[in-house]
Amino acid sequence: MAIDILMPALSPTMEQGKLAKWLKKEGDQVKPGDVLAEIETDKATMEVEAIDEGVLAKILVSDGTDNVAVNTPIAILAGEGEDVSAAASSAKAPAASAPAAQPAPTPDMQAEGLADRPAPAERPQQTDLSTPAAPSVITNRTSYNAMAEIPEGTELVNMTVREALRDAMAEEMRKDEGVFVMGEEVAEYQGAYKVTQGLLQEFGAKRVIDTPITEHGFAGVGVGAAFTGLRPIVEFMTFNFAMQAIDQIINSAAKTLYMSGGQLGAPIVFRGPNGAAARVGAQHSHDYAAWYSNVPGLKVIAPYTASDAKGLLKSAIRDPNPIVFLENEILYGQSFPVPKLDDFTVPIGKARIHREGKDVTIVSFSIGMTYALKAAQELEKEGIDAEVIDLRTIRPMDTDTIVASVMKTGRCVTVEEGFPQSGIGAEIAMRIMENAFDYLDAPVARVTGKDVPMPYAANLEKLALPSVAEVVQAAKAVCYR
Amino acid sequence: MAVAARKAGRAGSGAANKTTSTKGSTRGAAPNSPQFDKNQDLSAYNEMLLIRRFEEKSGQMYGMGLIGGFCHLYIGQEAVVVGMQMATKEGDQVITGYRDHGHMLACGMDAKGVMAELTGRRGGLSKGKGGSMHMFSKEKHFYGGHGIVGAQVSLGTGIAFANHYRENGNVCLTYFGDGAANQGQVYESFNMAQLWKLPVVYVIENNRYAMGTSVSRASAQTDFSKRGVSFGIPGEQVDGMDIRAVYAAGQRAIEHARSGKGPYILEMQTYRYRGHSMSDPAKYRTKDEVTRMREEHDPIEQVRRRLLESWKLSEDELKAIDSKVREIVNEAAEFATHDPEPDPSELYTDILL
Repeated sequence: MAIDILMPALSPTMEQGKLAKWLKKEGDQVKPGDVLAEIETDKATMEVEAIDEGVLAKILVSDGTDNVAVNTPIAILAGEGEDVSAAASSAKAPAASAPAAQPAPTPDMQAEGLADRPAPAERPQQTDLSTPAAPSVITNRTSYNAMAEIPEGTELVNMTVREALRDAMAEEMRKDEGVFVMGEEVAEYQGAYKVTQGLLQEFGAKRVIDTPITEHGFAGVGVGAAFTGLRPIVEFMTFNFAMQAIDQIINSAAKTLYMSGGQLGAPIVFRGPNGAAARVGAQHSHDYAAWYSNVPGLKVIAPYTASDAKGLLKSAIRDPNPIVFLENEILYGQSFPVPKLDDFTVPIGKARIHREGKDVTIVSFSIGMTYALKAAQELEKEGIDAEVIDLRTIRPMDTDTIVASVMKTGRCVTVEEGFPQSGIGAEIAMRIMENAFDYLDAPVARVTGKDVPMPYAANLEKLALPSVAEVVQAAKAVCYR
Repeated sequence: MAVAARKAGRAGSGAANKTTSTKGSTRGAAPNSPQFDKNQDLSAYNEMLLIRRFEEKSGQMYGMGLIGGFCHLYIGQEAVVVGMQMATKEGDQVITGYRDHGHMLACGMDAKGVMAELTGRRGGLSKGKGGSMHMFSKEKHFYGGHGIVGAQVSLGTGIAFANHYRENGNVCLTYFGDGAANQGQVYESFNMAQLWKLPVVYVIENNRYAMGTSVSRASAQTDFSKRGVSFGIPGEQVDGMDIRAVYAAGQRAIEHARSGKGPYILEMQTYRYRGHSMSDPAKYRTKDEVTRMREEHDPIEQVRRRLLESWKLSEDELKAIDSKVREIVNEAAEFATHDPEPDPSELYTDILL
């Protein structure tokens, strides 16, 4: 059967090109891989190689022809044992040059990628070309009842966030042999912030692994191990250092499930302190909650209390998805009541109403909660009854709980230590506009870290961070007080 | 000439220094190349030809606008992955970068599924959501298909870490190019792999060009087998155009890794005939260079000659193999052309489990 040799595209945006030169002539024997011709666009030159074996029966587009449309037959190849003259006469296209029907896209259009690519030869027609709706972020417009997480009558013991995190890891490591911890100083040193204290002694060096100072490398090692079904907990000494590893967190861990059509996931937890500690300067003080929350394929958790830290870390270790678990150095030493239960978990993606109120909703997470709660006490003295929501999980965000609260109060203030632009507060404000705009009695206000790299000087650092006074002021402003 | 399968020696012993530069050397079958029996040659021929024909077809379909985006062809490098795969056992894993079609076919992944992924159809191995650079098969122990240069080196080291953790005796073959060999995480991975004696073989496919930059313009040390020297990782330069040399080196390296001695580096000296990707006209090298490689060192032609001369196969018998391979490739292309695009509802699936 005669084979049409078509004008190829050099790039997805190419529609036409010049047939610069034939390197074979009619009657020549060709085999796969032989260069038949050279084609050119304003950007590049490329060789047209033979795919099939045969005799070049007829050249349909001659040397030097401009504006040859992609997919135009440029020659006919007679297959093995085929009559060359019969093949040559089978030309469907006119034997003259075949200029493209459409005007050439300008180089600018090509550079911008604005020129449409040629339609694939046989692209199947989709009946429905509209974009499917994204799954709704609002499910029931009622807030989640976090009180039910702890059965009534459960004994509570005071514990630091540090101890709660350690216990969470130890409990999950006892349950599942596939869970291991790796990171800098996690084993013999007992953790740079002593979060992994005692784990080496209980689980041994095989499962509590000191790494070299190579965040990019060991994050990748963790993701590779997770691909095989192990459940690594990768500790970053701080999330500032995870910037070296963010490619592996996002490009490898978060995207592979989607890119594999659901075949290969990464059940991994990246954890460590995030945000500002005290007087450590700009490179050790960054809050990355907004960064990671931007990425589909990740879950992002940032607990405030010891109880949530424990319950959420246990859930995170069991979760089949990659999880960024943002802790806070200042909170490590703070004590909270933690339920004394054999297996206490907190569901991912559910906010908790930390304090009920009716006048204004304050939404925060992690250390931001300390400003929010103190501000609520101050506001109470002034007769403003604030409801304080602890997001606990940043992604997926519990929009239901926020919206239900705003429908009740009509006002909202967000509090975070991160930068203002594209921050968590910006996201919350947008979700409220999308879902509860008509319930708002005032624009949403945000209290954030200032839009500056974290300064070292004590006075400047204090100014750069949010303050209780700023939260009080914002709450009063949205209450028109 | 003949740098095939020469041991670079153990780092630290000083032996590595004896490795001579390969710059400017011509390559071909080394006189002392290990021999293949007839079945090995036949199998090698079949598998390499499948990759060659598949990639030629991919190039053609790209030209027709059926394949979008980036498309990096493996033509010229077939002996590397086929030879290495011959040296593995069931359970050993493979991970590579974006020039991955050959690796997937060598791992036994379905040509139809690969081609339909290239065309972005629902029958593609990633349901059309990954594309040329992103396909995976747990069943065939193929872990991708990664688009970030060098990322697969840490990931492959992590797969080897999991083998070590589970004590399952498997080895992970981690492929990367001469370009990726300059990435920082490669050395972070080398360090950990040797420190923890992980069962990983690093296969550096030196095809002489990182996109358009020749090895000598990008690498201070162009002998990639020495890249593990400071970590004490042994390395070899291998004639990557001679599948017998690849297979023999692969066996040595895999045995080393499997026996608990840690990682091993194989620098495969190979050549890609085509541009870096479909939109690369490859003006940075001479036509003579490409022609010489194709005419004098083609990995498939070497086996074909042996089949005709040593094993006395007839031209007709080889033609029959060729038609069979073509049939597989044509069926794949046919399927990939007519299979529907993914259902729009797939947009929001497979983001989280």
